[in-house]
Amino acid sequence: MEFLLVALLAVPLLGFGTVLLIPRERLGWIQGVSLGSSVLTLLLAIGIWLGFHPEKPGFQYVVSVRWIDSLDIGFRIGVDGVSLLLVLLTAFLMPLALLASLEPIRHRQKEYYAMMLLLETAMLGVFVALDTFLFYVFWELVLIPMYFIIGIWGGRNRVYAALKFFLYTLVGSLLMLVAIVWLGVYAEQHAGGFTADYERLRQLAPTIPLELQRWLFWAFALSFCIKVPLFPLHTWLPDAHVEAPTAGSVILAGVLLKMGTYGLVRFNLELFPQASFQYATLLAWLGVVGILYGALVAFAQTDMKKLIAYSSVSHLGFIVLGIFSMTVEGLQGALIQMVNHGLSTGMLFLCVGLLYERRHTRELAEFGGLARVMPLFAVLLLLAVLSSVGLPGLNGFVGEFLSLLGAARSRFLDNFLLVVLGACGVIFAAAYLLKFYHSLMFGEARNPENYHLRDLTWSERLQLVPLVLLFIWIGVYPHTFLNTSELALRGLVAKLEQLRFGVTNISVPPSTPAPERQPPATPAPEPQKLLEEQLRRMPPPRP
Amino acid sequence: MEVVSQLYAAAPVVLIGLLAPSVMLLDALIRQSSRISFWTSLGGLLAVAGTGLLTLPASGKVFRGMLQTGGTAALFDTLLAIAGILTLLAARPYLQREGREYDEFYTLLLFALAGAIIVAHAAHLLVFFLGIELMSVAFYALAGYFRTQLRSVEAALKYFLLGAFATGFLLYGIAMVYGSSGALGYETIQAQLQHGTALPTLLLIGTGLLVVGIGFKIAIVPFHQWVPDVYQGAPTVVTAFMSTVGKAAVIVALVPLFQALQPAIGTKLQAALAVLSAATILLGNIIAVVQSNIKRMLAYSSIAHAGYLLMGLVAQSERGWAGMLFYAAAYLFMQLGAFIVVAIVERENEQRLELSDYAGLSRQHPVLAALMAVLLFSLTGLPPFAGFFGKYYLFTAAIEAGYTWLAIVAVIGTMISAYFYLGVLVAMYFREPREALVPVHGGTATASLWLSTAVVLALGIFPSSLLQLLERFL
Repeated sequence: MEFLLVALLAVPLLGFGTVLLIPRERLGWIQGVSLGSSVLTLLLAIGIWLGFHPEKPGFQYVVSVRWIDSLDIGFRIGVDGVSLLLVLLTAFLMPLALLASLEPIRHRQKEYYAMMLLLETAMLGVFVALDTFLFYVFWELVLIPMYFIIGIWGGRNRVYAALKFFLYTLVGSLLMLVAIVWLGVYAEQHAGGFTADYERLRQLAPTIPLELQRWLFWAFALSFCIKVPLFPLHTWLPDAHVEAPTAGSVILAGVLLKMGTYGLVRFNLELFPQASFQYATLLAWLGVVGILYGALVAFAQTDMKKLIAYSSVSHLGFIVLGIFSMTVEGLQGALIQMVNHGLSTGMLFLCVGLLYERRHTRELAEFGGLARVMPLFAVLLLLAVLSSVGLPGLNGFVGEFLSLLGAARSRFLDNFLLVVLGACGVIFAAAYLLKFYHSLMFGEARNPENYHLRDLTWSERLQLVPLVLLFIWIGVYPHTFLNTSELALRGLVAKLEQLRFGVTNISVPPSTPAPERQPPATPAPEPQKLLEEQLRRMPPPRP
Repeated sequence: MEVVSQLYAAAPVVLIGLLAPSVMLLDALIRQSSRISFWTSLGGLLAVAGTGLLTLPASGKVFRGMLQTGGTAALFDTLLAIAGILTLLAARPYLQREGREYDEFYTLLLFALAGAIIVAHAAHLLVFFLGIELMSVAFYALAGYFRTQLRSVEAALKYFLLGAFATGFLLYGIAMVYGSSGALGYETIQAQLQHGTALPTLLLIGTGLLVVGIGFKIAIVPFHQWVPDVYQGAPTVVTAFMSTVGKAAVIVALVPLFQALQPAIGTKLQAALAVLSAATILLGNIIAVVQSNIKRMLAYSSIAHAGYLLMGLVAQSERGWAGMLFYAAAYLFMQLGAFIVVAIVERENEQRLELSDYAGLSRQHPVLAALMAVLLFSLTGLPPFAGFFGKYYLFTAAIEAGYTWLAIVAVIGTMISAYFYLGVLVAMYFREPREALVPVHGGTATASLWLSTAVVLALGIFPSSLLQLLERFL
C-alpha cells in the first residue's frame, strides 16, 4: 500500500509535466489535465485515509529510498494522524481552487495551471516528508510557484506583494537550514553519523543541552512563525492575500499557513521539548495578542480581502495557543482548527472572488442588499461566516473550543488570563464577520450596479457546496477526523509530560520500533542516559 | 614503457597542450579558417573531455611528481572541457552577430583552457604558477578582444596591470615556501612540514602571500576591485568563460595545495580565511543589489560565490574539499548558463544589457526566460537545483569545523542575493515589455544553454552521482 503515498506526490507532478508539454492553444486540455490530476490526487488522499490505521502508533505508508548516502539523506516519506489530515485538506482544496480559476484566469493559462500543480506537489511533500533535507526541499519549493502566482496573476500591487512574500519567508527558512545542518552535524558528533532522518533526530534531539536547544528552537520557530504568521511577523500576509488571485488566496490561507503550524508541532515540539517548555508561554501570549490584534484590525477594514486576511491572523492565533498548551485537547483543537480555517477561510475567499468577478471591486461600501439579488449565495456565505465565527454545530466551534479548553487545562501555561482574552477573540470575530455579512447582504440595495447580479452558477455551486457539507460534518461529528490524529498527539503529549514532570497519566500503546533502521556505525552514547542527565539539569517542576 | 603510461595518465593535459598550438597553426596556414578552427576546437575539446573520463582511475603523480593525474583533476578536465565546449557554442553566434568572428578567439580560448587544465593537474608549485600564468595571459588578451571598443580595451589593461601585480605576490609566496621547506613539489613540502624541518615563520608569510595572489585570481575581497570593470568590459562570452572556468580551475588546484600545506595552517590562518570568506560573501552580495547593468550584477555575484567556495577551504576537512569541488562544478554551469542568456539577449555595441531590457522577456521568449529562472534560482541556492545542494554541503563542512557563524553569515548573504536575483525574475515575468523585443536568435547558444541548465538540474536532483566520485578521490 506504500505506493499510494508515492503516487500522491507523483500524480500532481506528472500533471505538471503534462501541462508543460501541451501546446498553449489547447486550453481545454490544459484545464482538463490539471483538474483531472488534482481530483485523482484527492481520490488517492481519501484512499490513504481509508487505509490508515488510527490505532497504530508511528508513521504509516513509510517509504524510504536512499538518496545521498554520505549525509544519510533519503527520500523518506510517511504519514501519521497529524499530517494525514493536512494532506486531506490540501488535496481537497486544490480541485476547488482550480475550478475557481477557470473563469478569472484569462492570460498565460498554461503557466498558471503548471504552477498550481507544482505547488500542490510541493505542499503535499512538506506534509509527508520524514527527512529534514527533503522537508526543506519541499518547503522552499512551495515558494517558487506561489511567487509566480502572486506576481503574474495578482492584482495591481502584485510585484511588491510577491517580493515581500518571497523575501519574508526566505529569511526565516534559511536560518532553519542552518539549524537543520547543525542537527545533522550534532548527530555526527554524538550518534555516530550525519543524518537527516527525522526518526533518528527525534530520538536524539531532546538530548541536546538546553542552551543549544534554545537556539535551534528559535531557528525553526522563526521560520514557522513567519509562515503562520504569528504577530508581529504577519505583515506580509495582508499584502500577499489582497494581491493574489482568488485561487492563490485560497491556497495561501488554506494550506500555506498550515505549513507553519504543522512545522511547530512536527519539529519544535517533537525535537526541542525542553526549549518548548521554556518558550511556550511567550508563544502562547503572542498567539493571544494575534487573536485580539487581528480581530480589531479586521474590524476596521473596508476591503473584503483584507478583512479576511486579518481574520486569518486572528484565527491562527487560536491554533498557536492550542499548540503551546501542549495538552491533548489543545493540540487536537489546534489541528482541527487548521483544517477548519482552511475550509472556512478558503470558502470566504472563494465568495469574495466570485463577487469580484461580477463587480470588479472588493470595497464593502460598494455592496449592500445582495440577499435579495443572490439568495443562494447569501445562504452559503452565511454558513461560511458562521463557521468562521465558531457557531456551535459548525466546524469552527469545535476547533476553537478545544483549543481554549486545552489552554485552560494546560499544565505548561498556568495562566487563565490567556483563555479569557482568547475567548474575547471569539466575540470580536462575531463582531467583524457579522458586520461584513451585514454590509454585504442586508440593507437597501443602493448601488444600481448590484440590481442584476447573477446568483451562483453551477460551477460556483460545485465549489461551495462540498465545503458547506464538510462544515456540517465536522461540526456535528468531529470524531471522524479527531480520531485520525488522536493517537499521534497523545503520544506527543505523553512524551512532553514525561520529560517535564517525570510522570504522565496519558496512556499510549507501546510504540513499535521504526522499520529497518540501520544501526549507527560506531557505538553511540545511550540516548536514554543523555536524556536522564538532561532531565536532572532541568528546573524542578512546579508543585 | 613508463613514459607511455605516464603520458597516458596525463593524456588530457597532453591533448589540450597539442590542440591549442595546432589550432593556432591552422589559423596561420589557412585563410578565413574560422569555421575550421571552430570545428577543430569543438572536436578537440570533446576528445579532451573523453580522455578526462577515461583517465579517471589513473590516479597518481607523473613526471617526477610534477603533475597529478586521474581523480579530481581528471574529473575537472572533463567538466572544464565541457564548459569550454559550451562557451564555444555560445560564442559563435555571438561573435557572428558582432561581426568579429576571427580565429584568434578560438586559439586564445584553447590556450586559456590549457592553462586551466594544467592548473587543475598541478602537484608542484612551478606547474601551478605556469598554469595560472598561461590562463591569465590568455584571459588578458580575450578581455581586450573587442579592440575597437573602449570598454573592452580598458578591461584588458586593468586586468593585465592588476594581474601582473598579483603574479608578483604569487611568486613571492612560492619563493618563501621554497625558502622555508626547500621544496616545490607538494609531496616534499608536506613531508618537510610533517617532520618539522620547515621554517615556520617564513612558511606562514609564504602561505599568506600565496593566499593574496590566489585571492586576486578568484576575486576575494579585498582583492576583487578589478572584477566589475573587467567583467563588464570584456565581451560577454569571454566574461562567461573567465568567470567560471578561471575560478573553478584555481579552486580545484587549491585542494592538493592546501592539503599539502595543512600542517602549517593553524587556527589563526583558518580564522583569517573565514573572515575573508565572510567579507567576500557580504560585500559581493550587498553591492550586487544596487547594480542595474546585468553583467556588473553577475560580476558582483561571482565575487560572492567565491566567498561561498572559500568556506570549504576554511573547513580544512574532507567534507570541506568535497563541498568546495561540488560547488565549483555547480557554479561552473549555473554562472555560465546565466551569462549565456545575457549573451543571447545582448545586441551590438553593448545594447540590451540593462536590467530594464529584460522586462517582459517571458512573454516573447518563455523558454529562454524559464531557463534563466532555473539558473537564477540555482544561483540563489533554492532547492532542487545544484546551487542549493552545494551550499548545504558547504554549510555542513563549516558547521562541522566549528564555524557556525560563517554559515549564518553565508545565509544572510543568500537572503541579500535573493533580492537581486529576484529582480531579474521580476523584470522577466512581472513587468510588461516596453518596446517590442526583437526576436532573439540563439543558434547554437540555445543548445549550450539547455545543456548547462540540464546539468544544473541533474546535479541538484542527483547530487550523489558527483559527490560519490569526489569522495572516492579525495
